[in-house]
Amino acid sequence: MTQLMAFTKKEWMEMLRTGKFAIITVLFILFGVMNPAIAKLTPWMMETLSESLESTGLTITETKVDALTSWVQFYKNIPMALIVFLLMFSGILAVEYQKGTLINMITKGLSRWKIIISKSFVLLLLWSFGYWMCYGITYAYNEYFWDNSIAEDLGFATFCVYMLGVWLIALIMLMSTLFSTGSAAAVGTGGVFFVLYLLSMLPDLKECLPTYLIGASDLLSGTGEAGDYTTALVAAVGLSVVQLVLAVLIFNQKDVY
Amino acid sequence: MDMLKLSHVSKSFGKRQIVKDISFSVPEGTVFGFIGQNGAGKTTTMKMILGLLHMDGGDITVNETKVRYGQNETNRYIGYLPDVPEFYGFMTPKEYLMLCGTITGMSKADSAKKTEELLEMVGLSEANKRIHGFSRGMKQRLGIAQALLNSPKLLICDEPTSALDPMGRKEILEILSSVKNKTTVIFSTHILSDVERICDKIAFLHNGEIALQGTLEEVKRFRGRTGLEIEFCKPEEAEYFLSLYAGGSRKTALKVLYEKKTDQDMMEMMRILVENHILVQKMEMLEPNLEDLFMEVAGR
Repeated sequence: MTQLMAFTKKEWMEMLRTGKFAIITVLFILFGVMNPAIAKLTPWMMETLSESLESTGLTITETKVDALTSWVQFYKNIPMALIVFLLMFSGILAVEYQKGTLINMITKGLSRWKIIISKSFVLLLLWSFGYWMCYGITYAYNEYFWDNSIAEDLGFATFCVYMLGVWLIALIMLMSTLFSTGSAAAVGTGGVFFVLYLLSMLPDLKECLPTYLIGASDLLSGTGEAGDYTTALVAAVGLSVVQLVLAVLIFNQKDVY
Repeated sequence: MDMLKLSHVSKSFGKRQIVKDISFSVPEGTVFGFIGQNGAGKTTTMKMILGLLHMDGGDITVNETKVRYGQNETNRYIGYLPDVPEFYGFMTPKEYLMLCGTITGMSKADSAKKTEELLEMVGLSEANKRIHGFSRGMKQRLGIAQALLNSPKLLICDEPTSALDPMGRKEILEILSSVKNKTTVIFSTHILSDVERICDKIAFLHNGEIALQGTLEEVKRFRGRTGLEIEFCKPEEAEYFLSLYAGGSRKTALKVLYEKKTDQDMMEMMRILVENHILVQKMEMLEPNLEDLFMEVAGR
């Protein structure tokens, strides 16, 4: 336990001192502010555009903006933030392989599974912090400008997308044990996501895949029911656990030198 | 007792066999020199001892416990200094050593005490900046400190002196010989003067095989004395002696070299010198040096 704590502390210190924590904080604050800002600016933008559009024959009636407009932005933008997040940490193990910094730790008797668990934990912590902060900021602005109560199942939908992130973090850990470079881990993660995304074209399979969670934002406008996403949520949790276990097993057999 | 024992260890990378069936043992309390050219298999062997690499065959025991790949129990007896030690650059040396201490299972108080002691010993107690800005020599010294942190029974150093300037080398060698009575040391190198300075036992590794091993004296004796050299006072006396005792060759006007001579031969020569009233400046049995041995082993 002390080993685990010590290595987790090291990981956290790394996040703080290498500026990664600051970048993540700024990134998610920006995304959080952007959603209501875009919603708020939409009528104004439409107005400026309408003059030039009128000459082409298009007329724009008054645009109505509410909390939903802002939440639609949130769900549109958060995948981008998730991609940046994953790219930023695709080298979480690769950097250690390449520099050889793990050798001292392993030869000092640090169990390998603790390396995987510490790193996953810190990533999860950072993702939770960033994601819910982003959500909080958007929520607060929306509440101030409009009214959040028109968005149905808001908490649940947000949780679904959060779990998508959790699944992808576990996936990038697995890819980092399979491959020795950060770019390969990133491509691997993207590849698996893409394959699952293609598989979700099959109607029978669609609801059982974690990629389905990305559509949970439909709930807000009253399309579908929360229950539709249960299978995908269970799949995301199950896959995350399986991926982490696999990551540990593969890492145990990996030549680290 | 043998602190380290390798029997019939082999390892290949793909089709290339790097280590071929090597066996040797290191008794407790010795400084063991592991000598070989670049690419001879030294680092690979060390990494197998540390459980960082799979072995294809054979057995390694450290302090009478078998080495297992991956989760290596025996690593708690071992301190390891990699050839190019790498640390977390965002930490200070103190923070790094404290992390190592915790990981190796020492109490906080012990870690703190030992950290201070070792930083003092390697001359880094004043270095409070992050490791990020350290020079090569400083990293090497920090490397030794982390390797000695858990008071290991076996200290493994991979080419600890190769990349250092003469001052740095001297310091590292002094540190290594100072820990000798507490720790068994095995270090790899291709710098032979380092070996002659601090090693008790050596093994020559060549093309993945042990070409020669034993104590420093045994290894030198193995090849026998290389020759006997006489330096005369006058060139004509050298000429005259050659006619009395054949088989020598003139190296310079005054020096004559006889290959492969025994102590008896030397006595015989001295008798001839006395009988013929020939004075010499110097008469010397030539000891083989490791350089010659190394070249011979590597040249085979």
